[in-house]
Amino acid sequence: MYDGKKIIPGLILFLGIVTYPIWHNTVSGKIDYVPKPKIPADKKECVEPKALIRVNHKDLLDDWKMSVVRSGIRTYQASNKKIYTMSLTRTCMNCHQDRKEFCDQCHNYMGVKNKCWDCHMYPKELKAEVK
Amino acid sequence: MWIDKMGVSYSLLTVVVLLFISIGVWGIGWYSLLGVAIPYMAMIFFVAGFLYRVLRWAGSPVPFHIPTVCGQQKSLPWIKSNPIDSPYTTKGVVTRLALEILFFRSLLKNEKVELREAYKLLYKPNTYLWLGAMAFHWSLLIILFRHLRFFLEPVPGVVISIQWLDSIFQGLIPALYITDILILISLAFLFFRRVISSQIRYLSLPSDYFVILLLAGIAISGVLMQLFFRADLVQVKTWVMGMIRFHPTLPQGVGLVFYIHLFFVSLLIAYFPISKLMHMPGIFLSPTRNLTNTSRNHRHINPWDAPVKVHTYEEWEEEFREAIKEVGLPLDKE
Repeated sequence: MYDGKKIIPGLILFLGIVTYPIWHNTVSGKIDYVPKPKIPADKKECVEPKALIRVNHKDLLDDWKMSVVRSGIRTYQASNKKIYTMSLTRTCMNCHQDRKEFCDQCHNYMGVKNKCWDCHMYPKELKAEVK
Repeated sequence: MWIDKMGVSYSLLTVVVLLFISIGVWGIGWYSLLGVAIPYMAMIFFVAGFLYRVLRWAGSPVPFHIPTVCGQQKSLPWIKSNPIDSPYTTKGVVTRLALEILFFRSLLKNEKVELREAYKLLYKPNTYLWLGAMAFHWSLLIILFRHLRFFLEPVPGVVISIQWLDSIFQGLIPALYITDILILISLAFLFFRRVISSQIRYLSLPSDYFVILLLAGIAISGVLMQLFFRADLVQVKTWVMGMIRFHPTLPQGVGLVFYIHLFFVSLLIAYFPISKLMHMPGIFLSPTRNLTNTSRNHRHINPWDAPVKVHTYEEWEEEFREAIKEVGLPLDKE
């Protein structure tokens, strides 16, 4: 082999980059980690079916924001004909009270930096601040 | 000419057939084939093939000292030399190679020759290829980097920052990342550049179109997933993490578009070591780029040179010493 002193380290670097996720997740000890958002025990259903909410909650919240801010319409009729108030604080967080145990679980897992908390106060944080 | 249009139609047909294969396999319901077996096989093929190809290159000697230079070689102290375009030291080589890899400097020297009218030959700089190549490669790199959020737990802050930067022009939901738009535009440009110009079409092989179309398939399916056919990202990451720790499960909460995206990515990865995509490691092993221009200072020994049996004058003199002495001819060694 020619130039092995340069090529072999290069190939080792390549293998290191390709297998990096294995080392990263092993060192962090989170290779088995699965986020577990805390679901309120006494509530049976969300605004929309779970599969839809899991994927499209951001669109729903964006639509609500637009509807409330731009059109002034504050009621939302769900697909099962139930009526909800379009409000993150009063509707969503009524059930999901702990942001860290619910929202942040998946958002941190997916590296999502959402802008909800730029404006909204979380009920628990508000209480802590009042005290 | 019909012959140089065949490449486009063949590669387009291949990509369409592959698309229908993935839809068919999905229709039958062989999710474990699409979601576990093919990605694993593609990865093994990629790593093994990549190592094999590079080691084969490493085993080939460089018979001649052949750096391509675009500047004055280092010679006498009062002649100004160009340390990057005619590198004399390893530092110069590293600088030149880094500028080539990161900024495709040689594509900036692309020239368009045009016969405007009789006896008026024009040489014009043509930087469109450079622009398209830069937009494509950097977008691809950033998109790959953004995908690390599916592979790493915890997600490194730098991945989150790049993602934020890439969606900086958008509101609550990043609808389309900047790099998504750039990669689609640049792929379209790189494809039509080959199709429209008859000279470039003449030089293009079916594999040239195929790679672009495959990448376009990946980009389009990815964008479609981002916009219309959303996948449940948390479950996708759970599936990726399972694959990484070799306890594969099937991805849940995903649809056909996800499987098409995954199938095309697997194909690209598997195709990588047997295709022109090997320019990625190949650029580091190009003798025209990675040698110092020191052919006048150091002798480059061709490893291919067979050992030649020579008979030097000293040996010859030794052999015929007595005879030379006898006739009174001068000797080097008395």
